[in-house]
Amino acid sequence: MTNYHLDHLQHLETEAIHIMREVAGEFERPALLFSGGKDSICLLRLAEKAFRPSDLPLPLLNVDTGHHFPELNEFRDRRATELGAKLIVRRVEDAIASGIASPAPGEISRNKLQIPTLLAAIEEFRFDCCIGGARRDEEKARAKERFFSYRDSFGQWDPKNQRPEIWNLYNGRLHSGENMRVFPLSNWTEMDVWEYIGRERLEVPSIYFSHRRECVRRHGQWLPVSPFLPLKPQEQTRELVVRVRTIGDIISTGLVESPAETVDDIITEIAAARVTERGSRSDDKASEAAMEDRKKAGYF
Amino acid sequence: MFTEEIMPPPAPAHTPVDILRFNTCGSVDDGKSTLIGRLLYDSKSLMEDQVEALERSADITSGGQINLANLTDGLRAEREQGITIDVAYRYFATPRRKFIIADTPGHVQYTRNMVTGASNANVSIILVDARLGVIEQSRRHTAIASLLRIPHLVVAINKMDIVGWSEARFNEIRAQFEEFLPRLDIKDVKFIPLSALNGDNVVTASPHTPWYPGPPLLGHLESVHIGSDWNLHGFRLPVQWVNRPNNPRDPALHDFRGFSGQIAGGVVRVGQKILALPAGLATTVKQIWTLDGPLTEAFCPQSVTLVLEHDIDISRGSMLIGLDETLPGAGTDLHAKVCWMHPRPLQRGKKYLLKHTSSTVQAVVTEIEHRLDITSLEPESVPSELALNDLGEIRIRTARPLFYDSYATNRLTGSFILIEPGTNATVAAGMLLPARELVKPEAADYII
Repeated sequence: MTNYHLDHLQHLETEAIHIMREVAGEFERPALLFSGGKDSICLLRLAEKAFRPSDLPLPLLNVDTGHHFPELNEFRDRRATELGAKLIVRRVEDAIASGIASPAPGEISRNKLQIPTLLAAIEEFRFDCCIGGARRDEEKARAKERFFSYRDSFGQWDPKNQRPEIWNLYNGRLHSGENMRVFPLSNWTEMDVWEYIGRERLEVPSIYFSHRRECVRRHGQWLPVSPFLPLKPQEQTRELVVRVRTIGDIISTGLVESPAETVDDIITEIAAARVTERGSRSDDKASEAAMEDRKKAGYF
Repeated sequence: MFTEEIMPPPAPAHTPVDILRFNTCGSVDDGKSTLIGRLLYDSKSLMEDQVEALERSADITSGGQINLANLTDGLRAEREQGITIDVAYRYFATPRRKFIIADTPGHVQYTRNMVTGASNANVSIILVDARLGVIEQSRRHTAIASLLRIPHLVVAINKMDIVGWSEARFNEIRAQFEEFLPRLDIKDVKFIPLSALNGDNVVTASPHTPWYPGPPLLGHLESVHIGSDWNLHGFRLPVQWVNRPNNPRDPALHDFRGFSGQIAGGVVRVGQKILALPAGLATTVKQIWTLDGPLTEAFCPQSVTLVLEHDIDISRGSMLIGLDETLPGAGTDLHAKVCWMHPRPLQRGKKYLLKHTSSTVQAVVTEIEHRLDITSLEPESVPSELALNDLGEIRIRTARPLFYDSYATNRLTGSFILIEPGTNATVAAGMLLPARELVKPEAADYII
């Protein structure tokens, strides 16, 4: 190795590993938010790169809305076992039962109910830091996010009052009850994530690849037919060859018609894509500030 | 007016070779956000739903006129007030490079925000309004870029369409810049005449500037040489985390003890003699461990885990250094330039926490030597305090010795932040000046 050069993925990787190790060094009770989605799959590999040959020094945490794709949960559980990692799952269902989360009348989406469920889990395990897979290229409010995102004792993000982040020096100091959200993939794009998955030969849940599925057209999107999405009168279902580009809840994740069967196919597809990844998430379309509002309330 | 320009992009061979980080600075209304919007739009980095969202808000707020600035102004208050509150990051790629843009606002708190956005930049773009020429803000932005030692500067002379694409006006502004540049420490400056609003010389060369022989902005950003922006002289590894498997299944790992960190300077090789600080003990590198297999050598800024020949007291905050090249400074009395970032001013005698690489120590500001003039960086006055957005030179005493380089030699081992105890606020960014005393390896040249 005489050419001391890192390519763009190696740069992003070393930046993320550095951040992971800062978390291990500065926090007493960190956790890593692992959903089984493509971004958190990269996070897990980066955690391995940061901490092996030791065991991962932090548990995995997932908030299960009860509306997850079954393929995702199966993958999540299996991957945690393979890595010998501790997996903590907290369910929105249980949070509703215990009164921690209260659904708005008539609201089917569990999206907002993730927030109190997550905050309750943070309190239960006294986590002082949660590593998440959010990326700045996903959404306008996220573009303003820091690597180390300070949250007050109510879990709130205050975009006007963020700690300046200079060079690679992160201020992780907290008072008790406060919390840090840390985003090692901040500088990654959707393309970087898939190229990294390709380079590292990471397994991803099968629903990222094209498969046949019963779909229904709603709000200009193909949604998967499931018990959580009762059909309206006159709605017709169709069997299509589709895949997911980003995974949210099964009731809000738009499916894209795609023949992509491999990671390379997906990379080619994204290179030619004309809509953003979040364009297929109806939870983000609620208003121009949908993400900003959820983040201020404690969303990751 | 924009939709018809959207064409299906060619599926690119998507293999950017490296990453270039740049920041944009200008005053309010210099067209900064418009320039970024234009870069994204013309390089086909915008998606249909983003353009659609732009058009939706254009119909509502500006009588149908698409506002490219809305692309970067992400928060509600920003869209409502037409300002940029904080540093926003944007990403795009061409077949040659991946780009990370830090968009920093030009209004109040500009110094703090610009320091934040520019600290990791390879290139700073200074926007100048061709009608106004060099103003106070342009000088300030250039001075801060110089203070942060950003390797490359681009002076983007915008709104050239309004001055009739006048070559004379371009040369005049260029001369205004060249008048004060020699006093600053900037090696590479490029002047580009453009119109962000109309897209001239942003991504494609403009037909209006036959007198300008250089590339458009994107062409310049794609080709500027950044290979030597990392420091490869003098090995430095700040230890972030001690890697000791608890109950390894693999018996070979029973005695594994590695030191994990990101190389902050130079190159390290298996068999190389290194010094562990503050222990002051020398040893050799036995193994460079990575998940992808052992390496024979590793370089800045790779993240690695080093296994050493001897069992030495090393923990988070320790520094491993090479013995064959430049040695770092050592000591508790530091001399530094700082940018003050908090509304509560810096006062002499106040205690702070100082974070330098992976180590955080208690520190007291013993002296405020001067405030620096924000346009010339010359010493200006001997103040009793430094206020928000002030630059100054100060002396600090730390509770434990620091092992560091001057910022001019190494950005990573020459920088620090100050944290206010109690509020935990990050209050200053610091750049270390050369040390009076260096690490003395002969005093520690024994092996246990």
